This record gives sequence, C-alpha cells and structure tokens, in this order.
Amino acid sequence: MRKKRRFSKDDSELALLALPTALWFLAFCYIPMFGVIIAFKQYRPMAGHGFIGSLLKSKFVGIDNFKFLFMTPDAWIMFRNTILYNVVFILLGTVITVALAIMMTQLHSKRMRKWSQTAMFLPHFLSFVVVSYFVFAFLSSENGLVSNIMEHYGKEEIQWYMEPKYWPYFLVFVYLWKSIGYGMVVYLASISGIDESLYEAAIIDGASKRQQVRFITLPMLQPIIIILFILAIGRIFSSDFGLFYQVPRNSGPLVDVTQTIDVYVYKALTGLNNIGFASAAGVLQSVCGLIVILAANWVVKKINAENSLF
Amino acid sequence: MERFNRVSIPTNIIFTLVFIVLALMCVIPLLFVAIISLSSSESIQKIGYSFFPKQWSFDSYTYLWHERRSIGSAIFVSIFVTVAGTIIGLFLNAAMGYVLSRPTFKLKKFFTIYIFIPMLFGGGLVPSYLVNTQMLHLTNTYWALILPLAVSSFYIIIIRTFFQTTVPDSVIESAKIDGASQLRIFFNIVLPISLPVLATIGLFLSFGYWNDWFTALLYIQSSHQDLYPLQYVLISIEKNMEFLSRSAQYLSAGSSTAELPTESMRMAIVMLVVVPIALSYPFFQRYFISGLTIGAVKG
Repeated sequence: MRKKRRFSKDDSELALLALPTALWFLAFCYIPMFGVIIAFKQYRPMAGHGFIGSLLKSKFVGIDNFKFLFMTPDAWIMFRNTILYNVVFILLGTVITVALAIMMTQLHSKRMRKWSQTAMFLPHFLSFVVVSYFVFAFLSSENGLVSNIMEHYGKEEIQWYMEPKYWPYFLVFVYLWKSIGYGMVVYLASISGIDESLYEAAIIDGASKRQQVRFITLPMLQPIIIILFILAIGRIFSSDFGLFYQVPRNSGPLVDVTQTIDVYVYKALTGLNNIGFASAAGVLQSVCGLIVILAANWVVKKINAENSLF
Repeated sequence: MERFNRVSIPTNIIFTLVFIVLALMCVIPLLFVAIISLSSSESIQKIGYSFFPKQWSFDSYTYLWHERRSIGSAIFVSIFVTVAGTIIGLFLNAAMGYVLSRPTFKLKKFFTIYIFIPMLFGGGLVPSYLVNTQMLHLTNTYWALILPLAVSSFYIIIIRTFFQTTVPDSVIESAKIDGASQLRIFFNIVLPISLPVLATIGLFLSFGYWNDWFTALLYIQSSHQDLYPLQYVLISIEKNMEFLSRSAQYLSAGSSTAELPTESMRMAIVMLVVVPIALSYPFFQRYFISGLTIGAVKG
C-alpha cells in the first residue's frame, strides 16, 4: 500500500494564506447556516448566553413557525410577488437584452455604439437608494414632474405612492432600466466572438440581413441565452430588497404588490420583531432556492456540461 | 467587409434613434436630480420639480458646506469604508483565489467545495443578523459596514481563473526553487502580475461599498449617526428630519428647520453620492466588462 502523501511545507503555507478567508466564510456563511434551526425554535436571547447558547436552549416547536406563517395572508402574497416578478424580469430582460445587443452591433457609427453603451451602463452603478430619489423626482405627489404635468393639463391628481395598481409596471420598468445595460454586455461579447466567415458565406449565398440574424446570430447565441436563462431561474426565489423596499419608499398601501420574501423577512425581523416567522420564511426561501438551482444546473449540464456550475 | 454587410440606411437611422432614446432615458433622471438640487426653494414651492426652475440657487450646496462637519462625517465614513473594505476584500478574495489555483495543494478540493456551498445555500437574513449582532457584536461599528461585503465566492472564482490562465507555473516553480515561501511568492510575484484582475475585482468591491446602505440599515442604530454612510443619510432624511434637525443647531440665530432648503438639499446629497460614480465609471468600464464576461458564464 502506497504511503499517504505528507502535508508539505508548501501546503502549510497555502493553508495559512487561506485561513483568514476561510474564517470569513465560517463566520458569515457557515455559522448562519447552522442558525436555520431558529425556524424550528421559539428563539429568544437569554442573558449570559451567547447566540449559540440561546439558540440551543430555546424551546423546540417543530414546524409551528411554518404553520402559523402560512395561516397569514402574507405568505401567499410574498411568494406570489417574488416568483411572478422574477418571471417577468427574466422573460422581458432576456428578450430585450438580446434584441438590443443584436441591434447595437448593427449600428454604422462606432462612436454611437460606444456612447450609448456607456450611457446605458450608468444605472447599473447606482444604488436603489439613489434610484428611489430619481423615481421620487418624477412621482412625488407634491412636487413630482409627472404630477405637475398632469395638473398642467387639468388631469385628476394621482397619489402614485398610494395606488397599488400602477406599481407592477413601475417596478418592472425600473428593473429593466437598471439592468439592461449590464445584461447586454455578455451578449455583445458573445456576438463579437462569432466567426466572421459564417456571415461571409451567407452573403455569398444571398442571405438578407434578417436571414443572417435568424440563421447565424441567434443560433450561435442560443447556448449562452439558455444557460443565463436557466441560471436566472435558479434565483427565482430571491428579490432585490432595494427595488421592492426602497424604490416604493416602503409605502404601506403598496404592500400587496411590493412585498417579496426578502422584504417580508426584513420587516418581520426588525419591525414586528417576529423572529420565528422571519426565520421560517427565510428558510423556505433558501431551501426552495437550493432545489431550483440544483435543478437548473442539472438541466444546463444536459445541454452543455462545460457550462454547468458544478 | 463590414461596410459591405451593413444594414440599410433607414434601418440604421431607426436603430440609432432607439439607442439615443435609451441612452437619454438612462442619463436624464440624473440630470433632472442635478437641476432640482440647483433649484431655489421658492421655485420648487411654486412649480414643483422642473427642468426649467423659475430661479436657480446654490442654497442647497451652501447649506451642505455650512454643515460640512456633519455631512462631512458621512462622506468620511463612505470613503473610509470603501477604501478599507476594498483593500481587505482584495486580500481575502485574492488569497483564496491563489490557493485554489495551485494544482498540488492538498486541501484544494476541500476549499473549493467550502467556498462553493454558500453560492447554493445560505442561512438567510435572520441567522446572519443574529450572528452578526449577538455573536460577533458588530452593531454600531465600522466592521459591520466592511466585513459582510468583503468576500464573494464569485470574485474568488474569477481571480482563481485568472491566476490559472495568466500566471505561468514556471515563474512560481522557479521562485520556489530559489527558496521563496508561498507567502513571498503570493505577495511579491503573483499580486504584481495580476493587476488587471485586481483592478476588476477592486472596482466591483469599491462600487459595492460606496453604494451600500443595507448593512447600515441593519447594524447602525440612530444613536450612532456619526457612523452613517452617505447612502444611509439619504434613507435617514427620507424617514424623518432628525439628521437635519440635529444639524440645524449649527445655523445662525433665527433660522429654523422650516427654512432649510430641504427639497433641493436631499437632491444635492444624491449628487454627492452619484457624481463620483458618474465621473469614474466610464474610465473603468473596460474592467467591468471583462470581469462580467469572465464571470457570467463560469460564475
């Protein structure tokens, strides 16, 4: 039997180099994973005990937190909102970014391509706090530009931050506004990687520009479109807290259309101080997210093993 | 060749118009907020927010200058957290990325799985919040603003891929033969060679820190306003006028909160946050794009 390889000096030094980062993962990722037990406990902090001690000593309540959570109307609302918004974001986002990427590569002017890409990239770098002020500048019922224009034309005033029916459109619009420039980048890179000789051969055969897009560009983009689409599905239980909490300014009347799992967890944790419900919702989000991303990866592996996550 | 295969002129005009409209849609809100921040209070009271204020005014910026000790502390917090966080983050991400890029490292498989699992499953906000407050006691400290955002499996994978594909093994092997330790190899040879990927990840980190408000929302209490970063000041003045009222004591006698240029001043603070971004990102756009392209597929 071959002797087990000895841990070398190199290995010791590399392990030492990795140690600070490994400790970070332990503190900020792995210990919180252990904390999912909170969802099955009636957790309360106990004087003299740390987090772990309080957690272990709190009363075990099985799935009571989950049962009570699903007795509230909140559960249905937050899961519906999270999933439906993500479906719209993924479908619209994919179609629009692919279309725009193809259109951008057709522009005659290189300067126009450069300038418009730079401008469209700006929103990606802004926080949703800043974006919420941009939205407020237009929608404020007191001073907003939209309100002023409506008043000028004698239209009835709308309290935008109190009217739920408009906000699905606003949120989808803001999401696309912020993410399209970023989303185009990958597709632009993929298009620029397509072999030019394919187009040359097509031109010789008399293919029109539209036919080139349909039979060369789109088929060549298909793998990356599918992969990014499926990976996005893997995140369908997540939502951007800033978009759903900050952009609507946490307005109470809008809660039916703005409350997602992430918003609910935050409010339950810090506002209602309901750690059990917050933790139950968070655990469901994590577990559902894990299942979906594993399924998505399995599908990607069937399509193109090289691009699967693992 | 490119000229020969162009779309027709009418199509090009339509496409160009589409992109002009989209580009303006991305830029105009910023311009609008800038104009509001330069509108006088009287103009806003009379005609609301407008691209054409009745009266221009620097009152909001004058006021911020007068209050530079309080708004300045927020600027300092944001700059300090961004710089310190980016440096700490670059070290932590690059160190693990380098370790994972060494083919002979005995614990490579373990650490690869170790950083990968958090990409699939997390404890969620509640356990993280409780760990950070009751176990690590980060509340009301700079560490609360720095540590949670410092590391990302995504960044580690990008850096590892860069090290594997760009840093020649022969360079590392020859240094090892010369008796250099792995620490020396990492700091003196690998890092200097890797400026492109460090610049890319450094930009991701710095924008992440500059734009962060969520960690302040969770971990900085209103009793510690000296730890508010700029982004959280914007949330604070939205929730209440406390931040402003506290600052108002610096005003000369006879002034009151009602006389503060509150509308334009909020937008002036937005500009304080946005202008550094708007001025710097075009220069670094190339790094962002290369980072996104590498990470998007392999991430």
